Amino acid sequence: MPAIEFQKVNFKYRVQSQATLHNVSFAFDYGQKIIIAGPSGSGKTTIGHLINGLIPQSVPGEYSGSILINGKDAAKMDIFQLSFEVGTVLQDTDAQFVGMTVAEDAAFLLENENTEHSQLLAQTENWLKELNLEALKKHSPQELSGGQKQRVSMAGVLSSDSKILLFDEPLANLDPASGRLAIQLIADLQKKLGLTVIIIEHRLEEALRIQADKLLVIDHGKIIANDIPDRVLTSAAVISAGLREPLYITAMRDAGVDLNKIAHITDLASLDHQAIKRQLSVWLEKKQPDKTKKSREPILSIQHLSFAYPKQAVFSDLNLTFPAGQMTAIVGKNGSGKSTFSNLVTGFLKPDSGRILFDNQPLDGQSVKERADKIGYVLQDPNQMISQNIVYDEVAYGLKLRGLSDDQIQAKTRTMLEVAGLDNMRHWPISALSFGQKKRVTIASVLVLAPRVLILDEPTAGQDYLNYRSLMNFVAELNRTQDCSIIVITHDMHLMLEYTDRAIALVDGQVIADMAPAELLNDPALLKRASLAPTSLYDLAESTGLDAVALSKRLVQEEMTRG
Amino acid sequence: MADNSFSLAYKNRGTWLDRCSGASKLLGFVLLSGIAMIVLDTRFLIFLVILSLILLKISRVKMSEVAALMKLVLVFMAINLVMIYVLAPNYGSQIYQSKDILLGSGYFALTQQELLYLVNIGLEYIVAVPLALIFLLTTNPSEFAASLNRIGIPYKISYSVSLALRYIPDVTREYHQISLSQQAKGNEISKKAPFFKRLKGASAILVPLLLSSIDRIESVSQAMELRRFGAKKRRSWYFSEKLKALDWAVLSFVLLIVIFGFILIIVNGGRFWNPFH
Repeated sequence: MPAIEFQKVNFKYRVQSQATLHNVSFAFDYGQKIIIAGPSGSGKTTIGHLINGLIPQSVPGEYSGSILINGKDAAKMDIFQLSFEVGTVLQDTDAQFVGMTVAEDAAFLLENENTEHSQLLAQTENWLKELNLEALKKHSPQELSGGQKQRVSMAGVLSSDSKILLFDEPLANLDPASGRLAIQLIADLQKKLGLTVIIIEHRLEEALRIQADKLLVIDHGKIIANDIPDRVLTSAAVISAGLREPLYITAMRDAGVDLNKIAHITDLASLDHQAIKRQLSVWLEKKQPDKTKKSREPILSIQHLSFAYPKQAVFSDLNLTFPAGQMTAIVGKNGSGKSTFSNLVTGFLKPDSGRILFDNQPLDGQSVKERADKIGYVLQDPNQMISQNIVYDEVAYGLKLRGLSDDQIQAKTRTMLEVAGLDNMRHWPISALSFGQKKRVTIASVLVLAPRVLILDEPTAGQDYLNYRSLMNFVAELNRTQDCSIIVITHDMHLMLEYTDRAIALVDGQVIADMAPAELLNDPALLKRASLAPTSLYDLAESTGLDAVALSKRLVQEEMTRG
Repeated sequence: MADNSFSLAYKNRGTWLDRCSGASKLLGFVLLSGIAMIVLDTRFLIFLVILSLILLKISRVKMSEVAALMKLVLVFMAINLVMIYVLAPNYGSQIYQSKDILLGSGYFALTQQELLYLVNIGLEYIVAVPLALIFLLTTNPSEFAASLNRIGIPYKISYSVSLALRYIPDVTREYHQISLSQQAKGNEISKKAPFFKRLKGASAILVPLLLSSIDRIESVSQAMELRRFGAKKRRSWYFSEKLKALDWAVLSFVLLIVIFGFILIIVNGGRFWNPFH
């Protein structure tokens, strides 16, 4: 008997006219690790919700076909009964913490089971120990790092004794190093407790490190691949679904390596290193010379900046210069000072000492509003920025508040909407837009004030490959055509590598690296300190004895010509 | 970016009041302020005022922590007393069945009886507020829901109270974030802007805050359902402490005061102590 079995499942949300899933059938065996991948809107989350019972209990909709969990018909069970069969770790770990402390959150499920108090304490203690959380049990879950949060949410679910665990995009909010640890932890627990693990994720490069038994690719509600990862990855399924395959596979594909002849592509050690090296070397020769941007006068410089929160020092004597026209990535784990940095530049926080110069003029006495005309800041979550109902009004809002004439407002807003590719949607209500489109609206609404520097906070978090591409191409175009210098705060190593000219790594308020992104990405010691992780290209370079920096740069060129 | 104006927070101050269980403190607060509202005997109320001020002192809650809230309550109390006087200036004479004019004349003349009544009401506030503060500031928020549930409030309601507390910091952070991005757009919300502009500016923050809070509620309720919240009629609590000897002592003391209050009702022949006979 399979752990989970879908037989010819069709599903339609009540609020939608089109079906989301078409004739979906699969079976997952006990003790397996399964990855379900697909772009946004493909139906992968819907499958997850059908498994844990959120559909149809919380989100109404109708399905046909049959869903069997542990051999039992899911249609005959409510969400509470299903939760005995399947434990779920939701995507947004922050939202799922209900306890005030780590211990309470881990105990939540047992409390709801009305477990007797001494037993409740003993079992909670046990799970906290299992997940190495004992030292943190009195902390609030919110103050933990991304990786620790992931462990807390797992403790909260594991106490249910269900042998099937479902993870909804476990990597979404993690920095690369924590992401690796989380995958490792899931793999270890799976082995130790004999779990069946289902991971819904579109970041394949990281997720595949779990050594999945099965990779299921879903696109437009249909399963387009369901096999062992070795076979799925050598086929075209991942690319045709608009997902990003692991970078080393893309590099080999581009170099003309015949992937169909490789039996275990997920195991780098098993590859024929000599043959692959030959083909990669030929490919590397085709590399065009690096396009270096002309070095220009600084647009923004930070001089001897110091800042401390009442309980915690962040920067002491920080010095950084941003030449005009550059695209810079600021990377580092949560709490390293990235947000504090942007808050100081935008004037939300006041430095204790030191100066910030814009175009050689000190910004000291200028208000948040005055600075916003020069330096635009786009928050990670577009919903926190949008205050108007209609696309046009949102983009025009900043101009209206600055008291421009109606003609000027209209001219500038329309031009901006055109640049952002939103002009045909200008009368749309913002609620009808996708997440990626909302993100564009917020960038447009900041850019309409014609700032010369744009700071983007995690612009691509939680977006699939196609959205990522279209948004970052838009930003890169702004950088070229509008003479706008861009500073991107990000965890995304691909973004840093592909789009930026320079990478600054912050750790505890210190600049530990300021160099070309490809160089940083191939320096394991620095990456480790910054809580980042090398890409799979590094592993490929290592095993073939090629230069990782050259390989990375060559791949970026190839990617950019694909557009 | 902690907001200093809102520092009403639990902290272990190391007194016996901290060791007392949340349930007995809540029960003590409810019973003592309840009896203060029933028995309007000025002597009894003064005794309770002294008692609750002593307890506040013992709790080691600093004046600076509660000053803002105290002021707010005093203003509210003053408004309340003025309103009582304006709406029913003769209520005192009705209760005490005598009329000794102190000030003024006619309908709005201030009588000794009305004054005594107003003093009693004022004392009620002064009894209840320190007790409420002690409960709030010496009870671990985690214990909140458990204590409410213990005194008989259904756990779904108790839990939503503690969940609201749990989300205050999140929502404050989010409010801060949204307000900053609005200011960057040029939305003037500071005190410099005229009232209507500020009102409009505030709505530009509240709309996104509301929408994101609704999202938050949706995902948290899903997370709770997936962990079987509401599956059973009863639930146990991680932070539910068995009542200790200390709790029984506190509760017995409170009960004695309550009984004494009821004796006073019999002695006084009603809720009101009447010194005007």
